Amino acid sequence: MESLKRIGKSPTAVIGLILLILVIGMALSAPYLFPRDPLSLAGRPLQWPFANSRFWLGTDTTGRDIAAQIFHGARVSLLIGLVATALAITIGIVVGAVAGYYGGVVDDVLMRVTEAFQTLPNFLLLLVLVAVFGTDIKTVTIAIGLVSWPASARLTRAEFLSLRSREFVQACRTLGMRDIQIIFREILPNALPPVIVYASVIMAVAILLESSLAFLSLSDPNVPSWGNLIGTGRSVLRTQWYVSAIPGGAILLTVLAVSLVGQGLNDALNPRLKSR
Amino acid sequence: MSAVLSIEALTVALPPGADRPHALEDVTLGLNANEILCVVGESGSGKSMTAGAILGLLPEGVHATAGRVILDGRDLLTMTEEQLQKIRGARIGMIFQEPMTALNPLRTIGDQIGEMFRIHTPLGKAEIENQVLGLLRDVHIPDPEAARRAYPHELSGGQRQRAMIAMALALEPRVLIADEPTTALDVTTQAQILKLIRELQQRKGTAVLFITHDFGVVAEIADRVAVMQRGKVVEEGRADEVLNRPRHPYTRALIAAVPPLAPPPPKVVTGEPVLRIEHVSKTYRKGGLLSRNKRVTHAVKDATLSLPHGGTLGIVGESGSGKSTLARCIVRLLDPDSGSILLGGKDLARLSRAEMRAETRNIQMVFQDPFASLNPRRKAGELVAQGPMVHGEGRAKALARAKELFALVGLDPNATERYPHEFSGGQRQRIGLARALALEPKVLVADEPVSALDVSVQAQVLRLLADLRERLGLSMVFITHDLRVAAQICDRIAVMKEGVVVEEGPTAEVFTAPRHPYTQALLASVPGRTWTPPVSPDAAAEPSRPSAEPALAP
Repeated sequence: MESLKRIGKSPTAVIGLILLILVIGMALSAPYLFPRDPLSLAGRPLQWPFANSRFWLGTDTTGRDIAAQIFHGARVSLLIGLVATALAITIGIVVGAVAGYYGGVVDDVLMRVTEAFQTLPNFLLLLVLVAVFGTDIKTVTIAIGLVSWPASARLTRAEFLSLRSREFVQACRTLGMRDIQIIFREILPNALPPVIVYASVIMAVAILLESSLAFLSLSDPNVPSWGNLIGTGRSVLRTQWYVSAIPGGAILLTVLAVSLVGQGLNDALNPRLKSR
Repeated sequence: MSAVLSIEALTVALPPGADRPHALEDVTLGLNANEILCVVGESGSGKSMTAGAILGLLPEGVHATAGRVILDGRDLLTMTEEQLQKIRGARIGMIFQEPMTALNPLRTIGDQIGEMFRIHTPLGKAEIENQVLGLLRDVHIPDPEAARRAYPHELSGGQRQRAMIAMALALEPRVLIADEPTTALDVTTQAQILKLIRELQQRKGTAVLFITHDFGVVAEIADRVAVMQRGKVVEEGRADEVLNRPRHPYTRALIAAVPPLAPPPPKVVTGEPVLRIEHVSKTYRKGGLLSRNKRVTHAVKDATLSLPHGGTLGIVGESGSGKSTLARCIVRLLDPDSGSILLGGKDLARLSRAEMRAETRNIQMVFQDPFASLNPRRKAGELVAQGPMVHGEGRAKALARAKELFALVGLDPNATERYPHEFSGGQRQRIGLARALALEPKVLVADEPVSALDVSVQAQVLRLLADLRERLGLSMVFITHDLRVAAQICDRIAVMKEGVVVEEGPTAEVFTAPRHPYTQALLASVPGRTWTPPVSPDAAAEPSRPSAEPALAP
């Protein structure tokens, strides 16, 4: 509760929150405002925004309604962001917690694996995964999650390293608790705040990664994602730039919203910054 | 005698929202040449703030609102930062509590002491080197030439504090401020440093303002004493007067809380041994695959001890003696390399992890740090109920039992819904105790349970421990570095040094007729050992303010 109050006090966090609520609102209202399939042909291709009152954001190269794609795309982008982030954070927390708590050989092995993932550029790894397993939207989401976990694992591990030597952890051991219980019920709640904050970064990056894939026509072409729309507009970038610019702006605002909220969470959850 | 440094009606305001409006209120103190004035008080009494105010080193948001600090006829409070810089070091020297953090780790000792001369005097390089060497000799550092070239981490704690003293005294200041200079040191080192400060003070006629929380240290070194409570000086006078005939009720309560070094008449403990520690060893190995960096530390070497039923076995020693390692081996937080720990017919050292988890019913531990030993995200009642729940008790029943235990350790049973940060240090230690007792163990291992507490709270917790032991028939292993505490609570005492138990016997015997030279040295180093805290009729019963420690933090 107190943390929420502190978020309310920071103007940037409030702006981020408002933006995020707008995007969520777009995603929720899409089926009501644009009941037709956003990928179906709607009218003459390449109409400029505001030129036709039926298509206030214009149409793309194949005559699909851009506004409909933006609204439906918000659903796709947010869903990909959330699911991929949840997956990345879960893997990261489990790997980091186990490595940090047990240390020694377990830590060495897990950290070498983490480093192996980190040293590969994650977009390259993502391309490989998508090339091998296909471009179905589920596969893409899982692949994004799989390439995004190493940083959260390192973060969790660092927190666990400092927490595991605290006396309250030893006290739990002398009470006869099992390791699983100590790791997930006692230490994890204390280690979570920085990881939650970092989740906002992962979410922003996940949205960007999907858009990048779509731009390269490597994402699922059967869903109305913002990245797909940018990809479509690529061929007419110099004349009808709005086809790419509108979804680009949507991505920019969403990523900005998520990072601002993350920053606000950081200020609110980090006790060392409270006095500032 | 005229004062070298006088503090007149000094008031220091705290920022709004602090627990009280003033850190210091109307403090008047005079420091004379060639004397040691001890400022003594519990945490939060404002004793360190006094030192900060003199040097213009108050924390942000805290500032003096009234009064004067006069040095050589000039008021330090009205000086600019630039003027103060000329005073600090040159006219007023300062020694801090933790020499490791007060020294720059990247520069040699000689370089840092030499800096005093470079800043304040026009001396040349060679001359400075000579001076530094002379100073290091003055503070009796072994091999001053090597110490001059050493980095702080290469010296021991005591040697670092000697170097700090050399630095503080480099320019022969007329005033030396020492803020808990021996608190971080072992008792034998502390005795040496106290002797050194006394010797240098007498040789140079320095006026020393010595800040401490320890009445033993006061008895050892003070010419005059000022007792502080919540930002006010409540009593001031000659050391002998204050220590032996305290007038103010707070001083009396504080002094009554100091455990006397003489053990009380021995309690007859005839029980069979409940816990037997036989030939336990624990070795730490450090370093990687390459043998070059390998380090082997024998933390505990072949320790054999036994704890009689209903008795208390004290394990005393300095830091690094292996006493905490031994305690952690007993409860199997660490696995001993060899030896056996026999409790109720079972050898704890041989049990598997799962078997040991079941066996935790019989042996429990109380930890040192009241702030780190409680999970900040769990309610106090839950923390106490956790143990029984782990061992299969239902949640409702365990929480009800937690309330009973709260009452048992002197906490408000309605406080179980609060989080640890809402309790004071002493109360948290009681929660830790309740948590350990919740499993109704046969043996309690207490690792320095009172060393993080103020003396008055410490006395309460010790009384509680003694009382519980009596009522519940507990047997206890009590780890401590404080011989005064050990004398009061232990039936038998084992002295450890570098991992080895050098002496073991009934408390009275160990204290009155120590056999091992190390035990003799330890006892000779206890500060204020010649002073026996007076027991005044009104203070002996219940200390006035300390007992008012409320059941809940405000």
